[in-house]
Amino acid sequence: MENSAHGGNDLLLDIQGLTIHYVTDSGTVHAVENLNLRVGRGETLGFVGETGAGKTTAALGIMRLIPSPPGVIKSGRIIFDGNDLLEKSEHEMRSIRGAKIAMIFQDPMTSLNPVMTVDKQIAEMIRLHRNVSDAESMRLAGDMLELVGIRRERMHDYPHQFSGGMKQRVVIAIALACDPGLLIADEPTTALDVTIQAQVLELMKKLKRTFDASMILITHDLGIVADICDKVAIMYAGRVVEYAGKRELFTNPVHPYTIGLFNSVPDLDEDVERLAVIPGLMPDPMDLPTGCAFHPRCAFALPECSKDSPDTVDVGDGHSVACAPRAAELAAGKGAGK
Amino acid sequence: MAGSTESARPPGRAKRGPAMEVFFRLKKSPLAMFGLVVLLALVFVAIFADVIAPYSYSKQNLAHMFESSSKQFLLGTDEFGRDILSRLIYGARISLQVGFIAVSIALLAGGMLGAIAGYYGGWIDNAIMRVMDVLLSIPQTLLAIAIAAALGPGLFNLMIAVGVSDAPNYARIVRSSVLSIREMEFIEAAHAVGSSDLRIILKHIIPNSMAPIIVQATLGVAFAILNAAGLSFIGLGIQPPYPEWGAMLSGGRQYIRDYPHLTLYPGLSIMITILALNFLGDGLRDALDPKLKR
Repeated sequence: MENSAHGGNDLLLDIQGLTIHYVTDSGTVHAVENLNLRVGRGETLGFVGETGAGKTTAALGIMRLIPSPPGVIKSGRIIFDGNDLLEKSEHEMRSIRGAKIAMIFQDPMTSLNPVMTVDKQIAEMIRLHRNVSDAESMRLAGDMLELVGIRRERMHDYPHQFSGGMKQRVVIAIALACDPGLLIADEPTTALDVTIQAQVLELMKKLKRTFDASMILITHDLGIVADICDKVAIMYAGRVVEYAGKRELFTNPVHPYTIGLFNSVPDLDEDVERLAVIPGLMPDPMDLPTGCAFHPRCAFALPECSKDSPDTVDVGDGHSVACAPRAAELAAGKGAGK
Repeated sequence: MAGSTESARPPGRAKRGPAMEVFFRLKKSPLAMFGLVVLLALVFVAIFADVIAPYSYSKQNLAHMFESSSKQFLLGTDEFGRDILSRLIYGARISLQVGFIAVSIALLAGGMLGAIAGYYGGWIDNAIMRVMDVLLSIPQTLLAIAIAAALGPGLFNLMIAVGVSDAPNYARIVRSSVLSIREMEFIEAAHAVGSSDLRIILKHIIPNSMAPIIVQATLGVAFAILNAAGLSFIGLGIQPPYPEWGAMLSGGRQYIRDYPHLTLYPGLSIMITILALNFLGDGLRDALDPKLKR
């Protein structure tokens, strides 16, 4: 995956060959394998994959929050703003977490401390990273709450006094309190109901623009991707199998897994008895198939797919895919067209 | 500020913190309230012992030995003619002091060790908890006797003996709550905002594990008072003439056939205090357990 679409300077995050394993007594889990990913400044990257594909592990890897043991970052580089995060000391990482890279967690019900008022929780973030007085941090906490659409009078309330959607707003307020360059949102709307989902997404979209932050949005909802992402990375069994601009990916998916994903999205206009599914199950990450991890479920699989792990090939316009037969097919098609 | 908060709040929704919430639930239990009132009364008596007590705790009056209740001596006098009521009042001071400080020692030592063991896990957890297991395998009173005997008698040593022998219990309780709380997402979130381990333990984990600790500590004060009285009874705790309740029991036991009031009143004092603390502890357990909401 060569850097063709971007110039080097507008990159905020450049992950190269990141490999994360969980080493347990019963075997090694290949959670993330040779992950390459780039996020430009101000860009929103959608990170799509099934449960267990390694999305959250990759995100925690960026924050250097992989629980260890059993997690081990085997190799790779995570270049954030010109520096390799994997070379930072734990002390340096603490000043990066929250201030430069912030995270929004999946379940707002459990990601707030139940015995602390919300203003204190926002102020904690501010005081950790900015040299301000207690009173000033509280005032800023109130400002943040208003920014996410919660009345300032509610700032001394406890998390249980808020609804789910409002709690997620508080979580967003905490994440943005120190104006981070990169926001990692791990399925921020999965725990919310649909109408609240839309509100929260709208808010995130708006605030991302206000704060001029980049964002990695982890999700398995292609609808959300279509709504707010610029770029999309599709992940399968620890690898990025396809990466492209949103429009390109939605109109012209190449990898058989991506195609399968799109086919399984029900169409509102068509009346179907059954949803289209990708046959088979996610492989056991402790015992991945040889070669391409997707080949046992793949309709396009060739004999060599079970032998070699496919290289990631650029098929033009910053669209890259890790599937040897499809890439070859495309190359041949282009060649014939010319 | 507070006024505007109240007016902007939807009606029927009271603004109260977790502590007030617990108190309102505690108020529903008459036994717990009884315990709380008795305990507060005892604390009051202990603090103002100098003002309340009619006589000095050590002044002997050999003309009035072994007197039973009278207008002059409400609860009678002991073998040296000392006023029993006054001695009980000063005794409250010592007993409560021993109870609360011993539990504080146990809580601080055991709690910190338990929190570290639970938070870091692995070999640290193993090392700390195996030592605690060894201490727990020795009967607690025996352990306290051993420590008290090694340190020698005296108020401060008594507190240490009772506190240290009780510490493993707190270590276990704190460890188990830390184990469950550290897996919660808000701890991960605290890491993600860049908090240090110490900050996470002190600001996020400890406050969230308070409920079982408060209950255990309240019941623990009762146990510590009882334990201290026991040690004083066998001569390892408070030394005469200081009026510790256990020591008073011990001093009166040779006259128990002829002058039972020498042992009756200190015994009753211990019983009422322990009962009050246990009622309060049980009430707190119910009030702090959200699953038991009626």
